[in-house]
Amino acid sequence: MSDQHKPPVIDNPWRVLRQYTDARIGLGRAGISLPTSEMLEFQLAHARARDAVHFPLDVEPLLAELTALEDKHLTGLPIRLHSQAEDRFTYLQRPDQGRKLSEASRNEVVALADDIGEAFDLALVVVDGLSSSAVQNNAVPFIRAFLTDLDREPADLKLAPITVVEQGRVAIGDEIGEALNARAVAVLIGERPGLSSPDSLGVYLTWNPRPGLNDADRNCISNVRPAGLRFESASQRLLYLVREAFRLKLSGVGLKDRTEEAAVVDASSDNKNFLTH
Amino acid sequence: MQHTYSYTLGPRTWQFRDLADLMAKATPARSGDRLAGVMAASAEERVIAQMCLAEVPLKTFLSEALVPYEDDEITRLILDTHDAEAFASVSHLTVGDFRNWLLGDAASSEMLTRIRPGLTPEMVAAVSKIMRNQDLILVARKCRVETAFRDTIGLSGHLSTRLQPNHPTDDMTGIAASILDGLLYGNGDAVIGINPATDNVAQATKLMRMMDEVIRKYEIPTQSCVLTHVTNTLEAIEQGAPVDLVFQSIGGTEATNRSFGFGLSTLKEARDAALGLKRGTVGQNVMYFETGQGSSLSADAHHGLDQQTCEARAYAVARAFDPLLVNTVVGFIGPEYLFDGKEIIRAGLEDHFCGKLMGVPMGCDICYTNHAEADQNDMDNLLTLLGVAGCTFIMGIPGSDDIMLNYQTTSFHDALYARRALDLHPAPEFEAWLEKMGVFDDVRRHEPSAGVPGLFGPSLKGLTGGGAA
Repeated sequence: MSDQHKPPVIDNPWRVLRQYTDARIGLGRAGISLPTSEMLEFQLAHARARDAVHFPLDVEPLLAELTALEDKHLTGLPIRLHSQAEDRFTYLQRPDQGRKLSEASRNEVVALADDIGEAFDLALVVVDGLSSSAVQNNAVPFIRAFLTDLDREPADLKLAPITVVEQGRVAIGDEIGEALNARAVAVLIGERPGLSSPDSLGVYLTWNPRPGLNDADRNCISNVRPAGLRFESASQRLLYLVREAFRLKLSGVGLKDRTEEAAVVDASSDNKNFLTH
Repeated sequence: MQHTYSYTLGPRTWQFRDLADLMAKATPARSGDRLAGVMAASAEERVIAQMCLAEVPLKTFLSEALVPYEDDEITRLILDTHDAEAFASVSHLTVGDFRNWLLGDAASSEMLTRIRPGLTPEMVAAVSKIMRNQDLILVARKCRVETAFRDTIGLSGHLSTRLQPNHPTDDMTGIAASILDGLLYGNGDAVIGINPATDNVAQATKLMRMMDEVIRKYEIPTQSCVLTHVTNTLEAIEQGAPVDLVFQSIGGTEATNRSFGFGLSTLKEARDAALGLKRGTVGQNVMYFETGQGSSLSADAHHGLDQQTCEARAYAVARAFDPLLVNTVVGFIGPEYLFDGKEIIRAGLEDHFCGKLMGVPMGCDICYTNHAEADQNDMDNLLTLLGVAGCTFIMGIPGSDDIMLNYQTTSFHDALYARRALDLHPAPEFEAWLEKMGVFDDVRRHEPSAGVPGLFGPSLKGLTGGGAA
């Protein structure tokens, strides 16, 4: 076939393999480059991920939704806090500032804890993190599922007022948890968006929260969203981790998440694949 | 032996606390140095520091260690293995003169190879700080670094790719699908290298066996690597796993590497074990290292140095173990270290230049995360610049989207773009294989065949009931 009669886009017959992977295989080519449709599809995915990072969390409606939850485990109304990072530009370059409360927010939390004057079992801290859409879309449904699960628990856990933090990182939960006299803190935070997952919520559980802890002291549940780990499953896993943390009086590497073991066993199965079978 | 540096311009004298402070302040601006609190306070101070640094004799770096000799095995490695004879031809130069010399005709490819053992990473980092992007490209282009295992990597006029078929659950069929896609787009001559989702010895061994079977069945002149911890690979070798390349992420200070869980002796042990397997056919470079600016600060192990100087010191670690490939994963670390496309591009060119000048087979994971101020156009720019600079290899993944690590790097298509735009070729043994297998009809046009090459047809047919081929 002469070049003049070649079709402008050459399809790849192995594209059917996409039923086995989310990887962008078999895209075809225009010359040796991406076809227009595939190029624009990628641009759209990247645009959504960028928007998730840069669109600010719309805090007021979120607070209204959290206020409407009304559950016997919850104490008081949700409160709005801010980290030391003033804006997104600073937040992205100064992770240290995102880990600490602003002076005003710190005073507010300390005053609230003084007013209440009692300790809590668990503090739920909702943080915008790197994806506002993750928090906007998924934080409330997840908390609702978790409260429902708590209702079925024999132990009556007392939850601190829910806090909503802007420009925050995971470790800001340590300061908040300590100030609220909480035995454990669960941080619900927008994860760094991937191209196919702009709204992944991460949940980090930390026992005995206090400043100076690091990632090895936490347990993480990742990819919580309708198209990823479903709210009910994520809630069950958090409940499991909370129970274990209270039993062992620790979190992090010393607390093994056995709910994941099924997947590990599966990974050791045979290595058959179509290329070498 | 630290002392202060000062530079007088007109009525004003600028002071720099020590050589490390001078190096940091002379570094082109980037967010990681701001985060560390070591960068110049103003644009003017940065250029003054560069002027001051340009007057520092190269010899100074042999007597003023930036990380103390007694505290750091990498400083000891650098100074104990320094070759004074190789250094002789440039030993009289200042940093500024060294830049002039590098750009001149006296610095031929042969000459640059000869002086290599006499150059320390600090000398190389220093001169890079006073070079523009075009200088970094022009000098790197003159450096020759060739390595080999089952094919020959780094020949002039060639650009290799690591085929990176990562999958979020290490699903074998998913991985095989990405490997097939990559091979049919002519990628994978540097290595087929998987970042495992589940990181343990059993899983690594399973992935090694899978890739070994693919490479043997289709007689591909390439090598495989599972990017697991060096101690996992050692254990896999002891258990009889088919290990081609030993992987490890490395940093430029002993404390960084301790935080990664290894020391120089671990690397030596692993290299010896891999050499003992004698699996290479045209060469025996058995190590694959990854680096990246910011790792030392991230591990709180940077000794007050700027991140680019720490990075160059990692290449001293790499070159001590004769690697097949070294990969600077330039944009993966995030915007707190390299904020935007401009900083990522600059860092990629610096790393490639420093690595090549030190004799390391330098490739680049031209990449970014979604919270960095960067996009595909920035990656196109860096890819083109590195292609001109003679970069050894780049990554190749399906459609630029790593569905396991959640970041974007160069695609299989991007590799073909760079090869066609700059007339670069994959490793000669691999290119011959592409032609022999009918993957490419005409390798000179850098264009894949339209259909599925004969040998792969049956595999696809078995999977799809005949619909695919």
